[in-house]
Amino acid sequence: MAHRWKNDLTPNEVTPKGLWLNRRAMMAGLGAAAVTGAMPASRASAQALEPNTLEEISSYNNFYEFGWNKTDPADHAHAMVTSPWSISIDGMVDRPGTYTLEQLLEGLDIEERIYRFRCVEAWSMVVPWNGVELADVLAKAGVQSSARFVAFETTVQPDVMPGVRGRIIPFPYVEGLRLDEAQHPLTMLATGIYGDPMPKQNGAPIRLVVPWKYGFKSIKSIVRITLTDEQPPTTWNRLNAREYGFYSNVNPTVDHPRWSQASERKIGGGLFARRQDTLMFNGYEDQVASLYAGMDLREDY
Amino acid sequence: MPVSQQSLSRSINATLRRVPAWPIYIIGAAWAGWLFYLGLTGGLGPEPINALERRYGEVALQLLVAGLFVTPLRTWTGVNLVKFRRALGLTAFFYVLAHFLVWAVLDLRSLARIGEEIVKRPYITIGFAAFLLLIPLALTSNNISIKRLGAATWRKLHRLTYPAVLLGAIHYIWLVKGYPIEPFIYAAVIVGLLLVRLRWTRLRSATA
Ligand code: HEM
Repeated sequence: MAHRWKNDLTPNEVTPKGLWLNRRAMMAGLGAAAVTGAMPASRASAQALEPNTLEEISSYNNFYEFGWNKTDPADHAHAMVTSPWSISIDGMVDRPGTYTLEQLLEGLDIEERIYRFRCVEAWSMVVPWNGVELADVLAKAGVQSSARFVAFETTVQPDVMPGVRGRIIPFPYVEGLRLDEAQHPLTMLATGIYGDPMPKQNGAPIRLVVPWKYGFKSIKSIVRITLTDEQPPTTWNRLNAREYGFYSNVNPTVDHPRWSQASERKIGGGLFARRQDTLMFNGYEDQVASLYAGMDLREDY
Repeated sequence: MPVSQQSLSRSINATLRRVPAWPIYIIGAAWAGWLFYLGLTGGLGPEPINALERRYGEVALQLLVAGLFVTPLRTWTGVNLVKFRRALGLTAFFYVLAHFLVWAVLDLRSLARIGEEIVKRPYITIGFAAFLLLIPLALTSNNISIKRLGAATWRKLHRLTYPAVLLGAIHYIWLVKGYPIEPFIYAAVIVGLLLVRLRWTRLRSATA
């Protein structure tokens, strides 16, 4: 099951020694378990991926249910109810229904995936996620051949969500992927970071991670997944279609109307850190470019 | 103005006459230094460049708005803060400069990129225009310049504050993602303060 993609981490780049040994052991484990069709680490991957600290990852977030500011999620998300949790899967599936978190994960290996994470606001992190491939979860519900898109919805808990009470953007937050994007081996449902359960501000207990797209596509705290044959509405696209496209693939050659996407600031570098160049598809071009063959990425941004 | 209010504002003014303006410069500089120190030591979160950029920009706008309040406050309440206005204005400029430098020196770090951004990004263009408008004002905020220019010319020149602050407010609205309320509150207050002046000018020319 899964393990279709190998971490493209160069282990000697990971600083803390303990972590380093851990990772190496884990990578060895990955190698042994690799199944046919495992994806080779990409060329861009030769580049060092030094994961951000848990502190950084969990203190600088956009989760508008809790407010506009980067610190709002860490300040308020502790009150979100995340247990028990279930996701209702509906639409064009053979087995629609409400799946508990345990049912969704049952029989699937929780893998660690160290991915770049690039926000549309031109900052980035490297996050060691734990989770499963979305494709494997969708398979449990049985995707029907007529389905072409997957729609996602975030929980709405007004009592504990100041941003929802203030209606700062329309809620529930909704996102969507084309089915082939959703079933791509890089696309995961993450349930943890650094081997710990997902911090609430990062989208506990289960969130989407699509590493080649801008961060807002990776919807948090998912309660509903719908298989459909129509492109679903997505929150930021509805708010401002010119600035936030349905695809929103990381692309240094297509600027946001108000700012450049050619470079990014990696979180955690301090006051004197340089910007770094943004990579096409966030460094996952070898794995995902074929999904968009023949498409004009300027048109379908 | 009722008599009781007049005597109140008179006693406030008497107290204010004894308060010097120079602490505004000291506090302004110290606060900017403190924010920088926080940025260095993690106190502004894991993305200190953007945080510092934003904090300096926000203080700059607040000080500019404070400067705009001086005249209406005197007209409405009789409380006279005119002696503090130069310090407010110069400190505001100092923050705009710091804001610009964080962006140029810490964030972009390349002349080519700085030029490109100023030309290509309307919100940067607008902020930069506001910055340029404030430069002659900062340079002439001293007694020698007032003498040399003559009070009337000097006052005319310093009306550039109005478009500069307005551009600052537009800059803020233009750069945010979504529709948070703060930039619109600033803009509303600024437009209000400018409209008040427009009405005064009209009244003055009508009675002249
Ligand atoms: C009168 C002049 C200016 C004023 C009053 C001003 C004010 C502001 C304010 C209030 C903010 C937002 C702070 C917040 O979010 O809390 C801001 C952000 C910003 N300003 Fe300015 N600004 C001015 C000039 C400039 C100039 C000259 C530049 C660069 C050429 C500039 C570049 C920026 C940038 C890059 C941001 C942050 C955008 C982001 O976070 O994405 N500003 N400014």
